[in-house]
This record gives sequence, structure tokens and C-alpha cells, in this order.
Amino acid sequence: MRSPSVKTDRRRSRLARVARAIAIAAVLAGVLGGCRQDMHDQAKYEAFERNEFFDDQRASRPPLPGTVARGHLAEDAAFYLGEADGALVATAPVSLDQALLARGRERYDIYCSPCHDRVGTGNGMIVERGYKQPPSLHEQRLRDAPDGYMFQAITNGFGVMPSYAPQIAVRDRWAIVAYIRALQLSQAATATDLSAADLAALRAHETSK
Amino acid sequence: MAQIFHPSTNTFSKVSIFGALFLIGGALWGLAVLNRSGYATQAGVAREQPVPFSHKHHTGELGIDCRYCHTSVEVSASAGIPPTQTCMNCHAQIWSDSPTLEPVRASYRSGESIEWIKVHDLPDFVYFDHSIHVSKGIGCASCHGRIDEMNLVRQVSPMQMEWCLDCHRNPAEHVRPRDEVFDMAWWTDDQAALGAKLIDEYDIEGRDDCSICHR
Repeated sequence: MRSPSVKTDRRRSRLARVARAIAIAAVLAGVLGGCRQDMHDQAKYEAFERNEFFDDQRASRPPLPGTVARGHLAEDAAFYLGEADGALVATAPVSLDQALLARGRERYDIYCSPCHDRVGTGNGMIVERGYKQPPSLHEQRLRDAPDGYMFQAITNGFGVMPSYAPQIAVRDRWAIVAYIRALQLSQAATATDLSAADLAALRAHETSK
Repeated sequence: MAQIFHPSTNTFSKVSIFGALFLIGGALWGLAVLNRSGYATQAGVAREQPVPFSHKHHTGELGIDCRYCHTSVEVSASAGIPPTQTCMNCHAQIWSDSPTLEPVRASYRSGESIEWIKVHDLPDFVYFDHSIHVSKGIGCASCHGRIDEMNLVRQVSPMQMEWCLDCHRNPAEHVRPRDEVFDMAWWTDDQAALGAKLIDEYDIEGRDDCSICHR
């Protein structure tokens, strides 16, 4: 015969077990359900998120007018403005090399070719869709224009062309100017302008086609 | 005392105990499948946007480069959502009286942001950076799919950690030449040889330590 106290203990321990199981289930449910979104959407702002605190509700704050980021003081007017001593710079104030031209070609193809087309005649896809046609970059007027003129057209826009300053970094604008010069050269070149080696390579390429 | 249960219930109880294994196993399997499904990851769900901007039209049909709008993708963690000005570069003249584009013009007039709906939303505890992936030869299409064939953008990848790790552990299966990163249609028949060559050339290690993505 068992004593009543033992029976009570057993019942109590069974109750405790059930209570523990319920507690574990509750914690698990909390872990699986509740925590997830808290950790996914933390109390911090990522790029372009909304912040009710500011009038325009942008968490990414535009810099105050006149802010100069470290290392970005535009001291060099020739480089940043395309003009020095009140005159447009004649040649790009960057060192010209193959890498700069390659960069210029890549950036030109991204930002300029939609209107100016890949060789600069002004028959890009956006023009075909109805945008006002830009002049060909091979007009004599533009062939004679100083590099600073091209740079300022990219930087400030020209006619209906908007400013590309927000999309193209300063050094890349000069790279594009350099590439436009290469385009101008190539589109007006004759066979006699080429070195014997280049001409041979071109002939070989032509016949292989 | 008479038997309460008929002897056949023995079989019933044995089958139940044995079957419970399958029941629990099946439930776990079902959970795993559900967790990877589009229902949980939202993959395959095209998002309605305030303006029905078509990547297919602008990229696939007109041939505009990704970077024309997503200007910071090569230099920053965020690829960049273009400001309204970028839309107006063309739409000041083209489709300039289209009612569909009224929210764009309204934003341009007022200076208020267009509230685009985020499609690829990683958890805040993941510190993903576009620039390193682009500069190491991971193509846009490797994660985003053929954006140039989508009208409204949808997520094609599950964006779960096991998916990230698949590539982080075997980058050679996905890396492509840097020049082809922005080419949506790029394809090679010999990824094994090319990948092996490129991870060497670009100095790519398969990194799967936690702190690469979590801080």
C-alpha cells in the first residue's frame, strides 16, 4: 500500500512535466514566430529606407549645400570645371593612356550611346524613339572644340541634354572626352593614317571576315 | 475483468507508433519544402510598383545598360535606385504627356521621392555588398535572373543562406569575365574550365566564414 504523500508527489511531478513541456513549446513558438521579423527588420536604416523624422522622409540624408567630403575639395579648376584662367582647357587634364580610353569607351557606351550612338553620329536608340537628335560629334565645329567644352557639356548639360554630373564621376567625364576624341579620329581616318603594321592587321581582319 | 480492448487494437497501436515516425518525418519534410518555397521566400512574385516600369522594355528592347540607372553598383554596397531626374533625362521629351508617367512628373515637380517597392530585401543582419560581387565577376543575371525579360521585376532566387553558401563554397561555378558582368544573356559552354581559370586570375577564395556576411 502506498502512502498518500507519495501519490501527491507523483501527481505534482507529472504536472510539472506538463507545465515544462508547455513552457518549452511556448518558447519554441516565440523563437520560430516572433523573433524572425524583429531581426530581419532591425531598428536601423538602410539605403533608401523611409524615416518619418525628416520632412522628406528620406533616411539617406543629402549632404548640406557646400559640404565637402574628405579628399573631394575641388581645388583644381581645370580638372573639376574644365576651365582655367577663364578659358576652356584645350586638352584633358588627365594622363592619356590605353586604360583611360578603355574606361572612356565603357562609360560612353553606358551613358552617351543611348542618344549619340556608339560612334557618335547621333542616331542612338532614344533618338529613334523620338528624342531630339543631337548633332554628330564628327561635325567640324565639335572636332575643333576644346576638351573643356565637351567636359562642360557632360557636366552641365547642353540644350535639351541634361546634366550627367550626378551619374558620371569627374574623372570618367574626362575619360569620355578622351574617347570622343578617339572616335573623331577614327571616323575621319584614312588608310594612309595608319602605320604599316596597323594597316596589315586591318587588312588581315578584313580578309578573315 | 473483461478485456476493454479487442486484440486487434494491438496491431492498431503498433502501426500508430511506427507510423508516427513517418508522420513526424513527413511533417518536418513538409516544413522544409514550405520554407524553401516561393510562399516563404517570395521568389517569383512580381511586385506592383507606383509606376509600371518595365526593365524588359528599357534594358532588353532599348539596350540601356544597368549602370545608366544603377550608378553605384560598381562602387557601393547598394546598387542605387535612380533619382527621378534619371527618368526625366529621357521622359522630359519622350512619353512626356503619358498618364502612366504622371507620378514621375509629380515627383519631379514636388521633389518628393517615388516610393518604389523593394523586391530583393535581405534581412538586416546580412551585410551584402554589390561592388565586391561585380568586381569579382559575378554577373547581375547570376542572382537577379533575366531582368531584361521581366516587365515587373520579380525575385528569381530564394535569397536564403544556403543559396548564398552554394556559390560562396563553389564560386568557380558562377564567376564570369568582368567584361560580361552586365551582359544579361552571357553564357559559356565550359564554365568548369573558365571558372577555374577566373578564380585564379581574380584571386577569388570561396569564403564561408560567418563574418563575411554577418557582423
